[in-house]
Amino acid sequence: MSKDIKNTFETRGVTKVYGEGEAAVHALRGVDLDIPRGEIVVLLGPSGSGKSTLLNIIGGLDRATDGKAMFEDQDLTAMSDRDLTRYRRDHVGFVFQFYNLMPSLTARENVELVTEIADDPMDVDEALRLVGLGERMDHFPAQMSGGEQQRVAIARAIAKNPTVLFCDEPTGALDSKTGRAVLHVLNDVNAKLGATVMIVTHAAATAAMAHRVIHFADGAIRRVETNDTRLSPDEIQW
Amino acid sequence: MTALNHKLMRDLWRIKGQATAIALVVAVGVMLLVMMSGMLSSLIETRETYYERYRLADIFAPVTRAPLGMLDRIAEIPGVAAVEGRVQGGALVDIAGQALPVRATALSLPAHRAPKLNEIYLSDGRMLTPGRTEEVIVLQTFAEAHDLQLGDYLSATMHGSLRDFRIVGFAMAPEFLFTTAPGEFVPDDARFAVLWMNEEALAAAYDVEGAFNEALVSLERDARAEPVLAAIDRLLDRYGSLGAYSRDDHVSDRFISEEISGLQATSVAVPPIFMGVAAFLLYIVITRLVQSEREQIGLIKAFGYTDWEVAWHYFKMVLVIAVAGALLGCVLGIWAGRGMAGLYQAVYKFPFLVFRVDASSFVMGVGVSVMSASAGGLFVLRRVFRLTPAVAMRPPAPMDFSRSGALNDRLKNWLDQPSRMVLRRIFRNPGRIFGSVIGIAVGMGLSSAQLSVMSGFDETLDLTFGVIDRSDVSVSFFEPMPAETAFDLAHLPGVIEVEATRGVSAVLRNGLNSYRGGVTGLVGEARLNRAVNKDMTDIAMPETGIVLARALADILDIGPGETLMVEVLEGKRPVLEVPVASISETLLGSPAYMRMDTLNRDLGEWGRVSGAYLRVDSDRLPELYEALKETPSVAEVTRREDARAAMQKLMDTGAGAMRYVMAAIAGIITFGIVYNAARIAFGEQARDLASLRVIGFTRGETSFILLGELAIVVLLAIPLGVGIGYYLFFLIAAGFSTDLYQIPTTFQPDAYGTAALAVVLASILSGWLVKRDIDKVDLVATLKTRE
Repeated sequence: MSKDIKNTFETRGVTKVYGEGEAAVHALRGVDLDIPRGEIVVLLGPSGSGKSTLLNIIGGLDRATDGKAMFEDQDLTAMSDRDLTRYRRDHVGFVFQFYNLMPSLTARENVELVTEIADDPMDVDEALRLVGLGERMDHFPAQMSGGEQQRVAIARAIAKNPTVLFCDEPTGALDSKTGRAVLHVLNDVNAKLGATVMIVTHAAATAAMAHRVIHFADGAIRRVETNDTRLSPDEIQW
Repeated sequence: MTALNHKLMRDLWRIKGQATAIALVVAVGVMLLVMMSGMLSSLIETRETYYERYRLADIFAPVTRAPLGMLDRIAEIPGVAAVEGRVQGGALVDIAGQALPVRATALSLPAHRAPKLNEIYLSDGRMLTPGRTEEVIVLQTFAEAHDLQLGDYLSATMHGSLRDFRIVGFAMAPEFLFTTAPGEFVPDDARFAVLWMNEEALAAAYDVEGAFNEALVSLERDARAEPVLAAIDRLLDRYGSLGAYSRDDHVSDRFISEEISGLQATSVAVPPIFMGVAAFLLYIVITRLVQSEREQIGLIKAFGYTDWEVAWHYFKMVLVIAVAGALLGCVLGIWAGRGMAGLYQAVYKFPFLVFRVDASSFVMGVGVSVMSASAGGLFVLRRVFRLTPAVAMRPPAPMDFSRSGALNDRLKNWLDQPSRMVLRRIFRNPGRIFGSVIGIAVGMGLSSAQLSVMSGFDETLDLTFGVIDRSDVSVSFFEPMPAETAFDLAHLPGVIEVEATRGVSAVLRNGLNSYRGGVTGLVGEARLNRAVNKDMTDIAMPETGIVLARALADILDIGPGETLMVEVLEGKRPVLEVPVASISETLLGSPAYMRMDTLNRDLGEWGRVSGAYLRVDSDRLPELYEALKETPSVAEVTRREDARAAMQKLMDTGAGAMRYVMAAIAGIITFGIVYNAARIAFGEQARDLASLRVIGFTRGETSFILLGELAIVVLLAIPLGVGIGYYLFFLIAAGFSTDLYQIPTTFQPDAYGTAALAVVLASILSGWLVKRDIDKVDLVATLKTRE
């Protein structure tokens, strides 16, 4: 297999099966995919189409049943639990639909949670400023709106200077205005830090801001599109 | 089954670990309640039945030699129901293969009729044949210890002459419920015998023909003992009364009574602690359950179920756990009670001791656990009532830590984020943390206090046999002898050192306080048996004055410098007024010491000794025993090592087993609390923990956040547990120490160590169980669920 270091991820024949025998569910049926470095990639598809499963496998949260998933020159499918933890710790940032902030830590501390264990983190204040939260960094999650919480989550994800940022339905719990602001932040992060950003979403309109759009159905890739002209999040119609 | 009941069953199954932990705490509480209250009523009833059926006397009146006619005079005293006279005396029994003769008490039984009082329970063989002076009935436990059979012969030395007897029966008696050799505190079946013989035979042996040397008296139902005691003393005074005493002062009854009152106090104090802990646990567990099921509760209410129906649903869960725990506790209680009855029968000689639990104990056990569990549950049910369907079906607001974050600035400099998370959770929920800390501390305190009492035994052994009494063998004479008799012992084989002693029985009196005991005369600079002060240094016997054991000084409420009345019960029976010179430390018994010469002078019996302490060459012990057997003046020979070994044996069996029971109790309480606290913390933080794992925290780092909280709880609980333990121990020591036995109140590090170890092990076990769950967390699924 050729190694093209320009790609952040390369997957070959990635399969994921839950359960056994007649009850077996094929979540992924042999996915081959190359994700070039520094792109914004949007994964679209109906529920159960396998997009989140793929994200989880290349994010180091889950294991493939079969096939190979490479991150740069490392084989994720061959890694031990400990190595996967290391991988997430050093290279990956996650943003989730329900933010998953630590309620007992302030915004700043939630970011520090990551910078304390990362090798080459960015300045905490800078990360919070990047997401537009310089003012409210000493508030607890309970004192923030949903959009603010999601921005803290993004700040937390980018503060380690990740190679790749995974976002699973990042705007799913937000209204359109707040959602748009969050997409703005993701766009900025990609532009300023050069991180590969992978977004799983139901909101097809989000695709317009991506470099590359991958359509999923029935555990396989149906179509890959590249956008020659990308829209800014402000221009996206919900 | 209704749908809600299906839900109930499944919910219970889901929280089975927590439910089991709580049920176990309830079970231990109920077990102790059933076991102790059952044991208590069994002991009390059995004792009452035994005393009544075998007509145990209310009053014992020993006398040197009183004519039989005096019995009629005693019977005329108002309040007296029945009188019996008997002959009793000390004897030494020769057992084949045993170097040392065994001490015995010989008692007479009337010919041709059953005794009016103090009848015996014949467990095997037959009663004595009138006129057969060689027949003897032997205390059953002694016979068993030496494997004696009916028809065997037995030689015994009585009043200096050796005679052979044939065993015709084995018996027990209510006055020998608790048997120890005179001057000892721990029963050893092999080393103390009771022989029942025909009255004429015994009277001849002890030179009291046509007379008696002990009167037994029973009282009419409402009669008071004091005036009768005084009247008997007056009647028997000129026949050498040794002072009548009531059953309460009889050693056997005293030991069992002390045991019963101790058990009574414990059975009232201990089970509630478990119930309290169980109530607390049910409270936090059900609270968490209701919290995590608020949407379901809202939904059920939206369907049209009433508040009561929903509340009853959750209350049933409380009931199931409490009742299951209580039933298990009842079964365990019966099982433990039977075991305990076995232990009791090794110490107290009941012909029968059936562990029987009143139905009321079960009802109380189940009732108390249901009530305390309900108390814990009711607080939660209020929440169920307050939840309206609309509110319940909205997700709860995220936990607000903004107030507990106030310590921010101070914490910030030296704590990383995971540590802050741990501390903020603690500060946010201080009530729950406090409850957990108190619960564990009380459990640990309870067991460390009990363990301390047991560790104290070692100290008692050391002080008694290492510091106070350093002799190898002690010898007592039939009657006070000239001093030369003791010094002659020095010529016996193997004897290295002899220290003479003079003991008299006496009533010590200070105002209204009095104590029936004795005075021991020691040589001025005693070496083998001595009085020691607090620093364990010798107290030299003063020229004048008396040295009292601390327990005795407390009973008499007297201190150094004050004057004590000593009513001697032997010889010319003088009444002495002696100043208290100092207080000595003892843990066994309550001796009073005087300088031997001074005591003899006060008694008007110069140069008399009643016994001696010997230091001997252990290689020549068999020779020495042979020689002592041949010495007619010697009434008793005691080897110090035997007394010590008997105590040690008691410790190692009964008390030794209790050590594990107590550690298990601390462990179960800790496990119940820590495991539940951990499960709840895990339930509340599952998503946080999964997030941390996703961010790149290792399993160890993630577990720290959860287990750190528990570690802090345990670390806070242990020192508090030591404090509570020491306080409880002090209460126990104060409450249970008697003139017979004092519980040393020194700090026993090993007891606290054992209890703390049990707490730590239980915590590690709970932590490990929960960590397994953390490791199993499905990162993806957890992250996608909404709390």
